[in-house]
Amino acid sequence: MSTLTQRASRPAANAARQGRAKKTLDAFIAPIITVVVLISLWQIASWAVPIREDLFPGPGAVAAKLPEVLANGSLAAAVGTSLFRALTGFLLAVVIATPIALLLAHQPLARQGIGPLISAMQVLPSIAWVPAAIILFGLSNATIYTVLLLGAVPSIINGLLSGIDLIPRQYRALSTVLGANKRQHIWHVELPAALPGYVAGLRQGWAFAWRSLMAAELIAVGGSLALGVGSLLQRGRDLADLPLVMLVILVILLVGILIELLCFAPLERKLLRDRGMNRTGGKNG
Amino acid sequence: MGVELHEVSLSYEGSDLVIENLSAQIEDGEFIAILGASGCGKSSLLNLIAGLLQPTSGWLEVPKDGAAFMFQDANLLPWLSAAENISLALKLGGYPAEQRDVRVAELLRLVQLGQAGKKKPHELSGGMRQRVALARALAQDRQVLLMDEPFAALDAITRDMLHEELRNLWQQTGKTIIFVTHNVREAIRLSGRILVLSSHPGRILETRRISTQLRNDPAQSAALADELTTILRKEQRKHEHFDSAS
Repeated sequence: MSTLTQRASRPAANAARQGRAKKTLDAFIAPIITVVVLISLWQIASWAVPIREDLFPGPGAVAAKLPEVLANGSLAAAVGTSLFRALTGFLLAVVIATPIALLLAHQPLARQGIGPLISAMQVLPSIAWVPAAIILFGLSNATIYTVLLLGAVPSIINGLLSGIDLIPRQYRALSTVLGANKRQHIWHVELPAALPGYVAGLRQGWAFAWRSLMAAELIAVGGSLALGVGSLLQRGRDLADLPLVMLVILVILLVGILIELLCFAPLERKLLRDRGMNRTGGKNG
Repeated sequence: MGVELHEVSLSYEGSDLVIENLSAQIEDGEFIAILGASGCGKSSLLNLIAGLLQPTSGWLEVPKDGAAFMFQDANLLPWLSAAENISLALKLGGYPAEQRDVRVAELLRLVQLGQAGKKKPHELSGGMRQRVALARALAQDRQVLLMDEPFAALDAITRDMLHEELRNLWQQTGKTIIFVTHNVREAIRLSGRILVLSSHPGRILETRRISTQLRNDPAQSAALADELTTILRKEQRKHEHFDSAS
């Protein structure tokens, strides 16, 4: 009987695996087709529109710039510098934002006072902080990190807060009847329950961190600062090198998409799958 | 020690009384059913005994270590497996870490889920989820077990099986069980005494003892079920009238 069950379950497992592989493939095919179509339209437009190539470069001219920046190492160095700054700043933002969010979730008075301010900060474009940060810290990494943190921290706080707000009230009752103290409730129930909201906040926090970093690097150039991707963009502008500018924009986009596809999307999928919150989960009756 | 309620009243902020001057003595090891129409305050009464709500007036006495609670919708934590849900109850109850796995396996076997420990709640059927919830309630190892319509959402066959298992568990463990339900036949089948609550506010309307002879006699239990159903219908109409008037 058990052998029969094992035999029957193997094809089912294979089918499920194949289904997942197909879904993953489908998820990649649509964006790839979109990119190919957009690049084709761009190329056609660059041929059709009678404007000088240095003012409206086509994808070919932009791609031709790539070997140059790869050969002199400026692109790799800039991407390395920006990624290091973004990851360090993002981790710092997580370390700062998480306890603040927990504090606000448990102190209604503090939330009433600070909550609207944090939401307002989320609306304020990070680039607005750059002049103030340069005046305070000069052309240094402190300026870059300040702008990045001011961009990322509010999103992460709000993400965790909304995750906690959405926890079913019954979980609190469960903690009480199981005899959990406040610390145990936060650790064993509240934080895991808020994880989907927290990850959504981290995702948004990363997007804000990356955007803020670009804004800061674009303006804060020179001094002791290493060249980041944003600074490379500024260099393209100084040299009136539009293919370089377009190439850097594409690189910024690509890094953002790769982090999303390789880190946040799989993490979110796993979280939802583990909780039976995807379309295939759940049994009835 | 059982549970004692002395002239307990409860009202939520800005609303009428939900429970009024309710007194009851529930003996140690007794299986009691609290029967009432929807919205009559049965669950509020259970929440009072569990310490999730405080009475507006009156007092109640429960064992020092409190009461285990089984919720209507299992209330399992979806990121934990069945075994981990039970293990968390043991951990929070101070059960020694090195003995937890063995105890979890025992409890899973007790509720006929020996092979399902690694499954997440969404991979279990409704009946299996309630069995895990029962094992988690038993993991708390408290003399009083409160059950808030735990089988209301299940199909008749699953409910029937769980009734049998619950009766067996009660006989094995000798726990004091307070079982809230709006299902008359369920109350007769499971309990040794039924308290019927009135609607708006909740007071004890009737108390009926259920002997083994009555439970096993289809004619007698059907007659009692009819009688209690008539009372509940009357209370339900009163409840609906109250709702439409307010």
